[in-house]
Amino acid sequence: MSLTGLFLILFLVVHLIGNLQLLSNDEGKAFNIYTDFMSHNPVIQLIAKGNYFFILLHAIMGILLAVKNKNAKGSKYAVSPNNKTSWASNNMALLGTLIFAFLLMHMGHFWFQFKWGSGLPMVNYDGVEMINAYAKVTTVMSQPIWMVAYLIGLLVLAFHLWHGFASAFQSLGLRHKKYTPIIEGLGKAYSILVPLGFAILPLYIFFTQS
Amino acid sequence: MKLNLKVWRQKNNDSKGSFETHTVNASEHMSFLEMMDVLNERLISEKKDPVAFEHDCREGICGACSMVINGRPHGPQQGTTTCQLHMRKFKDGDTIVVEPFRAKAFPILKDLVVDRSAFDRIIQSGGYISVNTGQATDGNSVPIEKDLALKAFDAAQCIGCGACAAACPNGSAMLFTSAKVSHLGLLPQGEVEHTKRVQSMVAQMDEEGFGFCSNIGACEVECPKEISTENIARMNRDYFKASLVSE
Ligand code: HEM
Ligand code: SF4
Ligand code: FES
Repeated sequence: MSLTGLFLILFLVVHLIGNLQLLSNDEGKAFNIYTDFMSHNPVIQLIAKGNYFFILLHAIMGILLAVKNKNAKGSKYAVSPNNKTSWASNNMALLGTLIFAFLLMHMGHFWFQFKWGSGLPMVNYDGVEMINAYAKVTTVMSQPIWMVAYLIGLLVLAFHLWHGFASAFQSLGLRHKKYTPIIEGLGKAYSILVPLGFAILPLYIFFTQS
Repeated sequence: MKLNLKVWRQKNNDSKGSFETHTVNASEHMSFLEMMDVLNERLISEKKDPVAFEHDCREGICGACSMVINGRPHGPQQGTTTCQLHMRKFKDGDTIVVEPFRAKAFPILKDLVVDRSAFDRIIQSGGYISVNTGQATDGNSVPIEKDLALKAFDAAQCIGCGACAAACPNGSAMLFTSAKVSHLGLLPQGEVEHTKRVQSMVAQMDEEGFGFCSNIGACEVECPKEISTENIARMNRDYFKASLVSE
């Protein structure tokens, strides 16, 4: 759980940095060249396969764990304790399942289209023909329902990581008087800033395109 | 003070339990268990079945007094066992809900009494030192780093009450097991068997059907001895190490 989770955390940073190129003022040239590179480089493709595998592994293990833990509890208390544990930590499997649903939608919008879609918008830079991923992204994000769906997905992700980031370190036994508070702080910052960074994209596109 | 008690009654683990409501006149100087005694005295005098609950030392050291009070194992007071919880923590007219510890590995025997022998079997699987280490030695004849001594002592405060597993939404016994592993493993006498101990106690814990830790932290909040989840991290770490080095 913790190792796959940490891998996904690293992946998200790279994914965000790449996607921030959507903001550059060049009608998507930088972003398109980047996506073209990402989808043709064999090393990147291998990492991408690993990424799909880790997401599935993480999701399957998470669900199995949640089922096993629910059984280990058996019955619930009539009065729910109002102790100081976070809501996110008590709802990781629910949040994870929502993220999974979000990922299916996200893959359907882009990955599936790029792989198997027809009538994709194309673009030509200096004689090189490539998919106009930028056009695809802007068409999706300028529709209010998808824009809102992405924002909700990112909010769910933020909650999952609010607990998940520091939890992964504790699960691995990495706990230290001095460093653990720093890791916890980093985790909170990450869980707010990274989803926020992603959220800027649909918002920006939505309000500049329509 | 007058209290409305909603107490869980259940014949045995196979039967379905339910709440029974009673009003009890208690004094605010009573401990929670003494208030339960008042209820039971009355039930007995009315020729009714008294509420079964466990208790022994009544001074916070044996860990017998397992009860979940208003959703919290050992009640609302931080770092306090049920027997040391006083009625002055409640108000006249309060409704108090009393339930047994709930975790699959703690089957209900009757009313508020659960079978916590799963913890005994975890201890039997490795919570000891195999050789006789003799009498207490002279102070400082075995050098132990102060920091380690303090950590071991903190972990040794665990009274094996089971509140951690009862509080955990996953029914996990990690806080208890890690406290025992730390208490023994941090000191030179126990360090020798540490690797084997970590593995066998974790294996027994899983065998008993306790859930897996997902770091929610409810155990640490409810533990009457305020055992820290730092011990869980230590056990995770040592378990990984043990998996690498053991044959
Ligand atoms: C694909 C859908 C996902 C599902 C079904 C899912 C499910 C879960 C579950 C049930 C847990 C709790 C496990 C535990 O606390 O031991 C968890 C923990 C975690 N998840 Fe996810 N998750 C998903 C996606 C993600 C993503 C995309 C990330 C990161 C970007 C992530 C990062 C983490 C981290 C860091 C933990 C903490 C690991 C630990 O406590 O050892 N998860 N996940
Ligand atoms: S760790 Fe705390 S709650 Fe768990 S058994 Fe020990 S004293 Fe009780
Ligand atoms: S009766 Fe011994 S700790 Fe409460």
